[in-house]
Amino acid sequence: MEILDILLTVNFWAAAIRIATPLIFGVLGALMCERAGVLNLGIEGIFTAGAMAGWMAVWLGCGLWTGVLVAALAGAIFGLLHAILTVVLGLSQHVSGIGITLLATSLGYFTYRTALPNVSTPPRIIPFQPLDIPVLSDIPFIGPVLFQQTALTLLAFILVGLVAWLLYRTPLGLALRAVGDNPSSIEAQGLSVRGLRIGAVVAGSSLMALGGAFLTMSAFDAFFFGMVNGRGWICIALVVFASWQPGKALLGALLFGAFDAFQIRLQTEVGAFVPGQVFLMMPYLLSILALILVARKADYPRSLLVPWFKGQR
Amino acid sequence: MMQSKGQAEKGSVVLSLENITKRFGSLVANDDLSLSLNRGEILALLGENGAGKTTLMNILFGHYVPEEGTICVADDAGVLHELPKGSPSAALDAGVGMVHQHFTLAENLTGFDNIVLGTESLWQVWRSRAALRGRIEAIMQESGLTVDLDVKTAQLSVGEKQRIEILKALYRDVRVLILDEPTAVLTPQEADGLFVVLRRLAAKGLGVIFISHKLGEVLAVSHRIAVLRGGKKAGELITADADKRAIADMMVGRAVPPLQRNPSQVGSIILEFDRVSLKRGSMRQSLNDVSFAVKAGEIVGLAGVSGNGQSAIAALISGLETVDTGSVRLYGEPMKTNDPRALVAAGVARMPEDRQHDGVVGSMSVAENIAIEDLHSKEFQTAGFINRKAMRERADHGIKAYDIRCQGPDAQARLLSGGNIQKLILARVLERSPKVILANQPTRGLDIGAQSEVHQRILAARDRGAGVLLISEDLDELFALSDRLLVVHTGEVTDAGAVEGLDRGSVGMMMAGHSAHAAGEGRI
Repeated sequence: MEILDILLTVNFWAAAIRIATPLIFGVLGALMCERAGVLNLGIEGIFTAGAMAGWMAVWLGCGLWTGVLVAALAGAIFGLLHAILTVVLGLSQHVSGIGITLLATSLGYFTYRTALPNVSTPPRIIPFQPLDIPVLSDIPFIGPVLFQQTALTLLAFILVGLVAWLLYRTPLGLALRAVGDNPSSIEAQGLSVRGLRIGAVVAGSSLMALGGAFLTMSAFDAFFFGMVNGRGWICIALVVFASWQPGKALLGALLFGAFDAFQIRLQTEVGAFVPGQVFLMMPYLLSILALILVARKADYPRSLLVPWFKGQR
Repeated sequence: MMQSKGQAEKGSVVLSLENITKRFGSLVANDDLSLSLNRGEILALLGENGAGKTTLMNILFGHYVPEEGTICVADDAGVLHELPKGSPSAALDAGVGMVHQHFTLAENLTGFDNIVLGTESLWQVWRSRAALRGRIEAIMQESGLTVDLDVKTAQLSVGEKQRIEILKALYRDVRVLILDEPTAVLTPQEADGLFVVLRRLAAKGLGVIFISHKLGEVLAVSHRIAVLRGGKKAGELITADADKRAIADMMVGRAVPPLQRNPSQVGSIILEFDRVSLKRGSMRQSLNDVSFAVKAGEIVGLAGVSGNGQSAIAALISGLETVDTGSVRLYGEPMKTNDPRALVAAGVARMPEDRQHDGVVGSMSVAENIAIEDLHSKEFQTAGFINRKAMRERADHGIKAYDIRCQGPDAQARLLSGGNIQKLILARVLERSPKVILANQPTRGLDIGAQSEVHQRILAARDRGAGVLLISEDLDELFALSDRLLVVHTGEVTDAGAVEGLDRGSVGMMMAGHSAHAAGEGRI
């Protein structure tokens, strides 16, 4: 098969979207936090916590959607912790975020090991199945690429629209965009800076946890150590690439998904001549390149990383 | 629309502050202050920097919580109700609007979005922009404040941003509008436009509080003046009966001494620019074949419209820039460029243009900021460690001698007002009797009292034999202090000669780029 023919296969595009899905959740979550002025480096750990909590709920006998809810709740709890540390106490967002990542990851592994002390192969659940939507799923090419994914992928795409609507079409979104740029503008209008920021971090963290839940409940059917594998960090980079806009965030996630899907297929094509690690490296290298091009002109939310205290001079 | 909250009679009390006291640590910012405002009245709150004007208004608006006192705002019927403390939303609901000195605009939003921000219920899922826009446009028409609503605020000029801020308040149907130093950022034309708007709003029944430290504009726009000094009310008077001199003294708390100028004892050349050229990215940092000299015992004023090369000259003397061609000589020797420490050791004192940003390290203490240029000297070191005792002694002396008002040597420099930061810088650079002084915009933004102190310090240094290069955009200041004037325009410097015999008109022409001859023999 010619290398470029890969790009024309249904299989490739379906894989790209599958790989992009957790990133879409994650980048939307990170975007919400940062639009409000809070960097959430807890994302990597929140992914793990979400993956673990969602899977565990289903394994214990809950329904799949209940599992998703449990994952979101786990994310919200860690988000609340991050918000208390950074918004209420005004501590360093970097330090708190890394702390949350370490805590959430370890707590996820700890819970798993405590619940299942003696298993060698991770137990499986029955994950979300590919959808079969009448008419839509039968469209040639587009059907199998977009509409034979699982429900969580569809949810991710819907959320992009919802978050965009929230940010640009509602008074709440207006306040969110303002609080990340200049909190004084919010206080001067009689709104609560803290309330808005805490809300954004909690909601954003639940979205991140859904990214993790997708891994154990849709992409795979079990929980492994190290399965998040840097996806959270990629989201942090993608937010900058997306200039904090949901539409571009979707684009960034899809691009990354496409790179990754491409490198897997390329590996089987020319893997005999080039070491596999080179291909694994490729999506990350390309993200760095894209970031260098975009981030120089990036228009950061002006109060990102800046804690705010009432009555401070 | 503006009158919708104003059925009460014009002239009735709309706001009353009683016995307000606010402390920051040991500093009493407001000491038992009382104030009242009537409908349709423009009340000027006049006072020097640090007199407590802004603190009082921040208390009124709920940003700060006072230790003592009550605030009452009238309702539609003219009945006064007490305002809960520390709640901006309560102040807004009662009809108090504030235009802060540092604008509270989100720069990533349009003017429209900034105005309606927070006025709609946060939980509605769409925004009815058309209706809101109609309301804003009606207010714009009625008040005479026009501005493009669809441009991102970051791209607006300062004057336009201020208009957005005022519209923001009017949009909320305020009955009291507070403006904190509104003209500090405006050009004279923009300020005049603002005054017209304020008078129109007052005529419609709005109560306006106008905070300022500029006497002239207070006399021009207000009906009544309340003077604050050191957190207390120093006096209150009707503007029509006010005497400028008396108010100035009331503000400063003592008679402001007129400037004493002794004849200059000019010595030899100590600083010389010899055909200096410097090309950098933008014009404001470029110089073209600049030659001039500063002698000991004289003040040389550098006039010019901001951005014509002043910052390049200042950067060279400060040791932050290197020449492309030509040379800068200090005491006849080529100056070591790009070595600020050597320059300071050689007796160069630097008063930077942006004193808040370049003049002090905000998060460091007053003592550290005073000693910072000498920290490497033996005086402040013991075996490689900082001698904190010596540093504190120097600071205590500086605070006393230069009248720096702060909580003490350990206070953070960023908490000081502009005038006190400038005094801190004076305490740092003048204490070692410098031979060359670069005074870059030394009194911009300072009040009368601080201005006069800075001017006297500079004159005293010159009488002692120092050579001063005074960079300023304020012609009054240049004419009052300088012995000689230079004019800079697009990176070129012209010698305008001795101040005696110069008139403002011709200097103004030279600032605009006309040569002294073309200006029609400006010399008398």
